[in-house]
Amino acid sequence: MKIAVCLKRVPDTTTKIVIGADGVSIDETGVKFVPNPYDEYAIEAAISLKETAGTGEAVVYSLGGDAAQETMRTALAMGMDRGVLLQAPGSPDGLVIAKAFAAELEDQGFDLVLFGKMAVDDYNHQVGPMTAELLALPCITAVAHLDVTDGTITADREIEGALESSTCTLPAVLTCEKGLNTPRLPKLKGIMAAKKKPLEVKPVDLDGGGLEVVSLELPPDRPPGRIVGEGADAVPDLVNLLRTEAKAL
Amino acid sequence: MTSILAVTEQRDGVLRKVSLETLAAARQLADAMNGGGATVDAVVFGEGDVKGADELGGYGADRIQTANHAEFARYAPDGQAAVLEVLGRSADAIVFAATATGRDLAPRVAARLGVACATDVTAFGVEDGKLVATRPVYAGKALQKVRLTASPAVLSIRPNTFPATEVAKAGAIESVSIPEFSRRVTVTGTKAPEGGVLDVAEAPIVVSGGRGLKEPANFRLLEELAAALGNAAVGASRAVVDAGWRDHAAQVGQTGKTVSPGLYVAVGISGAIQHLAGMRTAKVIVAINKDKDAPIFKVADYGIVGDLFEVVPRLTEEVKKLRE
Repeated sequence: MKIAVCLKRVPDTTTKIVIGADGVSIDETGVKFVPNPYDEYAIEAAISLKETAGTGEAVVYSLGGDAAQETMRTALAMGMDRGVLLQAPGSPDGLVIAKAFAAELEDQGFDLVLFGKMAVDDYNHQVGPMTAELLALPCITAVAHLDVTDGTITADREIEGALESSTCTLPAVLTCEKGLNTPRLPKLKGIMAAKKKPLEVKPVDLDGGGLEVVSLELPPDRPPGRIVGEGADAVPDLVNLLRTEAKAL
Repeated sequence: MTSILAVTEQRDGVLRKVSLETLAAARQLADAMNGGGATVDAVVFGEGDVKGADELGGYGADRIQTANHAEFARYAPDGQAAVLEVLGRSADAIVFAATATGRDLAPRVAARLGVACATDVTAFGVEDGKLVATRPVYAGKALQKVRLTASPAVLSIRPNTFPATEVAKAGAIESVSIPEFSRRVTVTGTKAPEGGVLDVAEAPIVVSGGRGLKEPANFRLLEELAAALGNAAVGASRAVVDAGWRDHAAQVGQTGKTVSPGLYVAVGISGAIQHLAGMRTAKVIVAINKDKDAPIFKVADYGIVGDLFEVVPRLTEEVKKLRE
């Protein structure tokens, strides 16, 4: 089974955001970057599906600057076989990224192309389904349970208050939800091996996008709150405030 | 003529409430474009009649475009994207809800139309005829403003952000012809827990628990409080989801859901930065925690410092009294 995972390098979720001098991006000083957490479910799925199949290849792709190589090495250390970095500057919009991935993945004979359901930085939820449309492949997003048997995918995804079951055939594009699996941690042996795995860097020209970032700002501070009191005796006061002042009850 | 599509959702033949919010956002956009000259077309997918669709005229729809197909009884991503691709070619904007369905469908439609898409929009304006949308990024730790330069502008709005608004419009019902489409994915069904569960991202009230609850069984206290409040969902912090106490669907925060309910009650949650990011847009925040220095109190409107095992049952009792 030949599987591609498209990976994004993102700031760690514990990062305190500081707005950069350009006013449209974050200040990256001192920020720790990690593989997008949802992409780790995609990596785990790719490696374990390949292991189950007993044959094939699991290739990690990323689009971005050279710094993404380090993030891709993490995926190689987990067990991906090789990497391809589509080297491009800036922060292109979802469709521009999808076009670059689609152009690269087309005609490569992948059975599955996996993404995280979203990136925890831009929150777009876009690149997976857009890439699928451009490749005219079936796509199931936010997959929480997955079965691949004899070329047929059965998947459940979380919808509001329920699970939705879908089916399609390979080749297909899936985006992965938390809960799909437990991503393995890279072992020392894997980390050593990852250093020798092929990581190709391919400069790509990107299309002009349709989404211009005008500004990036910190959200307004919430007005200062107050401690109503201590212990259960404070509850009647709280309920009264919620009812009369906040009008929330 | 300028026209805005509002893409509605139904489940089991009943229009979903979030669709009125989508429509409210579309109406707001129509009124801001072209000096208010734009029309709003609500698109309804179904196998036949969808309950609630005929009321969309009362919430700002100039026209109700019904797309009927045997496969549209359930969500049908390929067929519905094909319909919206056709309708979208003559629209100036397409508004979705940032729900499981909207997040799946909006990027497909945008890709087919060759345009960008703004996800999870919480506010917007029109500048020089272009839509400028505000959307939380880094799970709400920052707000990004984006200008959509291509046409149609495709966006999804965050639930609980654009309240349903009664605006009487014609609401003329027209049926849409369904283009040929190739079905690549088949939705075979949905599995809902008995009685149905309100989703944390859509619930007007969210009661969330963290490690302070000490063990999974104690979430019963929050379920009782949620039941007393009515219209409330039970959420959870990442710590307890990672520990396997609660399902990921309930997780609030950067690797879970970002919520904007009218009331958010945080119980035994210290307030890690990634959790605060996910709930700071709630209208009113209440925190109950035994540690008076917990970061959650910095974002809370009202706090009680104390033992949650005493405070929460009392709160449930007081709410029940109030509801009687």
